[in-house]
Amino acid sequence: MSGEDSTSQAGMPGPAPDERPHPDGRRNAHGVRIDPEADAEAERRTAVVSALVEHEPGVLSQVSGLFSRRQFNIESLTVGRTTVDGHARITLVVEETDHGIEQARKQLAKLPTVIQVGELDDNAVRAELVLLKVRGDEPDKVHAITEMYEGQTLDAGPRTITVQITGDQRKIDDAIDAFRQFGIIEIARTGQTALARGDTPTTPGEEPGHSTEPTDSGYETEAERGETNRSTTETN
Amino acid sequence: MSEHAVRQVSHESEESDDDQSGERAETPEGRPNEADTSESQTGASVVVRALESAGVETLFGVQGGAIMPVYDALGKSDLRHVTMAHEQAAAHAADAYGIVAGTPGVCLATSGPGATNLVTGLADADMDSDPVVALTGQVPTNFVGNDAFQETDTTGVTAPITKANYFAGDTDTVGDTVGEAFALASEGRPGPTLVDLPKDVTLAETDAGEPTAETPEHYNPQEKPDADAVAEAARTLETADRPLILAGGGVIKGDASPELRAFATGHDIPVATSMPAVGAFPEDHDRSVGMVGMHGTGPANMAVTHCDTLLAVGCRFDDRLTGGVDSFAPEATVIHIDIDPAEISKNVHAEVPVVGDAGATLAEIGEEMNSTPSVDDWREQISDWKEEYPMTYHAPEDGPVKPQFVVEAFDAATADDAIVTTGVGQHQMWAVQFWTFTEPRTWVSSHGLGTMGYGLPAAIGARMAAADDQQVVSFEGDGSFLMTVQELSVAVRENLDITVAVLNNRYIGMVRQWQDAFFDGNRVASEYDWCPDFATLAEAFGANGFTVDHPDEVADTVEAALAYDGPSVVDFHIDPDENVYPMVASGGANGKFALSEDQL
Repeated sequence: MSGEDSTSQAGMPGPAPDERPHPDGRRNAHGVRIDPEADAEAERRTAVVSALVEHEPGVLSQVSGLFSRRQFNIESLTVGRTTVDGHARITLVVEETDHGIEQARKQLAKLPTVIQVGELDDNAVRAELVLLKVRGDEPDKVHAITEMYEGQTLDAGPRTITVQITGDQRKIDDAIDAFRQFGIIEIARTGQTALARGDTPTTPGEEPGHSTEPTDSGYETEAERGETNRSTTETN
Repeated sequence: MSEHAVRQVSHESEESDDDQSGERAETPEGRPNEADTSESQTGASVVVRALESAGVETLFGVQGGAIMPVYDALGKSDLRHVTMAHEQAAAHAADAYGIVAGTPGVCLATSGPGATNLVTGLADADMDSDPVVALTGQVPTNFVGNDAFQETDTTGVTAPITKANYFAGDTDTVGDTVGEAFALASEGRPGPTLVDLPKDVTLAETDAGEPTAETPEHYNPQEKPDADAVAEAARTLETADRPLILAGGGVIKGDASPELRAFATGHDIPVATSMPAVGAFPEDHDRSVGMVGMHGTGPANMAVTHCDTLLAVGCRFDDRLTGGVDSFAPEATVIHIDIDPAEISKNVHAEVPVVGDAGATLAEIGEEMNSTPSVDDWREQISDWKEEYPMTYHAPEDGPVKPQFVVEAFDAATADDAIVTTGVGQHQMWAVQFWTFTEPRTWVSSHGLGTMGYGLPAAIGARMAAADDQQVVSFEGDGSFLMTVQELSVAVRENLDITVAVLNNRYIGMVRQWQDAFFDGNRVASEYDWCPDFATLAEAFGANGFTVDHPDEVADTVEAALAYDGPSVVDFHIDPDENVYPMVASGGANGKFALSEDQL
């Protein structure tokens, strides 16, 4: 090689970027090949994802950590034990594009502590619980609204009334609107929990609920289970 | 383990603590006590037995308070433990060991700072899907959560950077937990796993039986591909005009290199690789187009931009490979083979997804194909690109030393199966660009995380896994080398036959290159003119040191360094202004790679 043409910034041989042929096609932000004329932004939708997980310390933090690290937009998350020993169900409501929801499901399914993941359709049974603490100035009216939403009064005093409403998200939202007239002091919402309707399993291949570990006496097992339930309830 | 179990263990451990001052606890009635016939068995000795039954021979680690029981048991075993100078290096060494050996590398650290020092190495292994098992000491279970001396929430800290991790709270099951960690580290898509071992659990006695090594019941990666998907992939390839195989790191991890070679040559399809897949296909083969991506070859980046069918195998479409996703393989129908379903359509949408093991799936697609695509024009086009964009550099005879020349000199002086490890930076790119890789598991580098300082500890790990007559050369930059240079003490103590080539330009060179290109040459904190004399430094550690200032000295020094039976360090004072090209600007189009700074 000769030293004459060599300067430190001489670079390499070959046609420059603009002298090369370039294809017309392209992909969108999700790597999908697109028609350049029709590049609509992917719309977000709300999805209910149900994950059957091993009931262990740390699982909830793994799941929530996964969602925060990957920037999935999570609306609500509920968790509780199932009828199968050692299993819990996490119900997540996510607002994402189809691509985001797909990724959330796949990444969730990858966690070794996650047994199965399913997405529920619109037909699924969904419910949420809300506790509302309102001003107690008009107890009769509060009672009437509570009845209207098939709720329960849990606590009533001279200054505050606390009621419980359960139902789907729209019903809860409507109820909260209706109670606003009295002055809402505090709200606690659980977020949605859900099951697939009818015979459809909530997560694919999910067995009908039973204990996987055979026991001698059902009654005793129930008692033991109650014991375990209290001592292992973890919030993480 | 449920929290319930953990609490129970903690309760028991308090008892066993008491027992230490008196007699050992009685064996529970009705259970055979194998320990009676020999030396008593502790959690730590079960951990070591689990390592032995997993086939472990070598471990890398650093002693410490909470891991002492495990070390005590290791000392009574035949396992070879390599004490590293820093835990980060233990994790890198284990990672490199795993890459070269194909079986999980093992690293150990104590609780607290020991465990947190592993974090960089585990994150590195996680990004590159390398099989690593980390064992960390932990404070006794009754101190966990109390901010005890050298306590860290190790499972919490490492959860996002491990494939799985475990808090081993039960002496009776600790062996099975270690066994499961091993099985998970290598099965399916490999990755790092960690077992946190509280000191009371490893100290306590147990009559547990032989440790098992099974993955969880519901962990069943799909290795055999779906027949319909295989058929669709075959039909798509048969009709392709411009097909290209993009081999990813999964080809190496899955030992699928033979199937890849057979498939590509049998069906006459050119092969590009990602950086982790370098060596999966011989780079001197005429079907090879080289590496795709930011510093990939011209032919590879042109081919990926113009192909009409892209068969991606075990590839996760990292942004350093794709450049801007909108301009990546814009005309290609993508067939994506991966054992991890979450990788498929994560970054680039796959029209034909195929979940399965890389080698088995390639073989099935090959068998399913009834004809081979007609690629004469495409082949001609690719060979034109190879002529238009050769990998070359300007090297004046009177100096300075060009880094590419150094890489070529080492390549020429070593056998085909020589292992190359690198740190991260310009030197890493010159190494991958100017070394001709022909064998899998000979390129050991930090890809996804881009960890400076990886090269030397990786050379130590690679040396342990390599065959005795296999050469190990580590390319380092001056900045990268300084990050883990203390590991030279280990190489000297163990008398490891490795050669470190420092491509020394007295810069954090890649940063300097970017500062010049994108920050108006404002070289903030990238000038390393305070670098030590690396040859003297090597000699201070007890290694053999060389310095090279002129191209004439390169060949002889390379030979002398390689001939030295032990660690040697060659400080190559290279052209400080040399840059890495070709280069695709971050987020740019692969087909628009720059050949010099003025094209960026």
